[in-house]
Amino acid sequence: MSDEVQIDQEVYDRLIGEGKSERIARAKAKAAAVRQAKIAEGQSLGPKPAEEASKKLEEFREKAASGGGVATKTAAPAGGDAGAGGRLTPEQRAARVAASLGQEQQPPSMGVPASSEHTHRLLALVPPSGIQQVQAKQQDKVYTWPHLLLVEFVALLAVTALLLVASFFLDAPLGSLANPNEVPAINKAPWYFMGLQELLRYFHPMVAGVTLPGVFMVGLMAVPYVDKNPSAHPENRKLANMAFTFFLTFWGLLVIIGSFLRGAGYEWVWPWVEGLGFTL
Amino acid sequence: MAKKDLKGAVQDNVVWKSIFRPGSIYRKGYRDTSRDRALAAMNNVLYHLHPVKVKRHGLKLTYTYCLGGLSFFLFILLTITGIFLMFFYTPAAGAGTEVAYLNMRDLSASVTFGQLVRNLHRWGAHAMVFTVFLHMARVFYHGAYKPPREFNWVVGVILLLLTLLLSFTGYLLPWDQLALWAVTVGTNMMGFTPVFGDQVQFVLLGDVEIGPNTLLRWYVLHVLFIPFITVLFLAVHFWRIRKDGGISGPL
Repeated sequence: MSDEVQIDQEVYDRLIGEGKSERIARAKAKAAAVRQAKIAEGQSLGPKPAEEASKKLEEFREKAASGGGVATKTAAPAGGDAGAGGRLTPEQRAARVAASLGQEQQPPSMGVPASSEHTHRLLALVPPSGIQQVQAKQQDKVYTWPHLLLVEFVALLAVTALLLVASFFLDAPLGSLANPNEVPAINKAPWYFMGLQELLRYFHPMVAGVTLPGVFMVGLMAVPYVDKNPSAHPENRKLANMAFTFFLTFWGLLVIIGSFLRGAGYEWVWPWVEGLGFTL
Repeated sequence: MAKKDLKGAVQDNVVWKSIFRPGSIYRKGYRDTSRDRALAAMNNVLYHLHPVKVKRHGLKLTYTYCLGGLSFFLFILLTITGIFLMFFYTPAAGAGTEVAYLNMRDLSASVTFGQLVRNLHRWGAHAMVFTVFLHMARVFYHGAYKPPREFNWVVGVILLLLTLLLSFTGYLLPWDQLALWAVTVGTNMMGFTPVFGDQVQFVLLGDVEIGPNTLLRWYVLHVLFIPFITVLFLAVHFWRIRKDGGISGPL
């Protein structure tokens, strides 16, 4: 082939006619010209058949065994019944294995069924950037079974026992039949809502019953997104701990006041004077 | 010898082996080795909750006080006792047909273990609200909501809300004076929701005031709807614990 670019003019014109870009048309036309030249020379196109590949490999091995390859020589063990280069070829090794297993000797297959037309290469180069590097610190860990599961099981039994004992001695309250026309003197929500009922004392029902609980809930959910401090150590998060402790104390105080210090008509009472106006 | 033979006969058959997967501590040939300890966790349904290994500091009782686990356990206990109570309870009220309240009386008077199971359900419910609160406080003080666990804290707050709703809807079911008026305090507040106050209250009560419809509605919410939603959020909660790297810390 000469140096100047040979292109198949017929292919080029057809591709341009189809609206392909000049660059693509030129490349394809050039490839077509090369193909034609190869066919004219009698070369076959497409992937090489298996026999041809093994023939080439055999040629290469012979060349290497006859002193061409440096690597095979240096790697060869001294003496022994090894092959020409002091080293077994894969075919020889396969034959030995087959013989020792009592099988008939078969032509080496190279991992490809003998009948198949083409060889496949199952080999790839992985660039260092393609390897995922996991950098994790070694942690002090123990097996879940038995260590953690035993602790959990004991905790579970302890709580069950506690509840059983409590249930054995303390009966759940049951008042008289519900009567919408008779408001009881002491009228309280369950203890976990006593904070809200206590707030109801000071604020409009919409504020105490809807706005403030809503703000609390949304505020709680927002905690991780507001607290940007990356440290979890108490030393480094005094403000957060203080704020949360304040919130809990405030809430606990409201619950305690509502539960124990409010009596008939939700007026302030001392439990040691008027008795405990509280039912769980 | 005979005892050992019996054990072998029980463990070494097709049925037993089909139930207990390799590595189970109940399977023949379990040995206390690293491999079998790992398999015991890995080949167990608990593998949905626990990894093969956990951080050593998480074992210390004073780190978690088992609060999250106990909240879940109480949820299971409340489901079991609740199912028992459902056999003896009809959510019907109204003049002349005070079935719900009569059921409550019968439960303590003539049902075997009725009073005990009701007590367990009641005290268990209070305990669960308490442990969930404490669990939240524990997580806060350990800063355990920090990245990557932010979203799991949000799920936790939703679970707290669901716990309160579960407890509150159950509070009405005995249909006594205590239940009626405690719930009235709460539902009156809901009526003050801006704009949709009356509608919200009507949907929740099934009426303009607490009545038979409310009882039926809250019963369905209590035994079916809210537990269902809770289980969904629990699944996400537990899954995220594992995905976010297990227990937080050490500090």
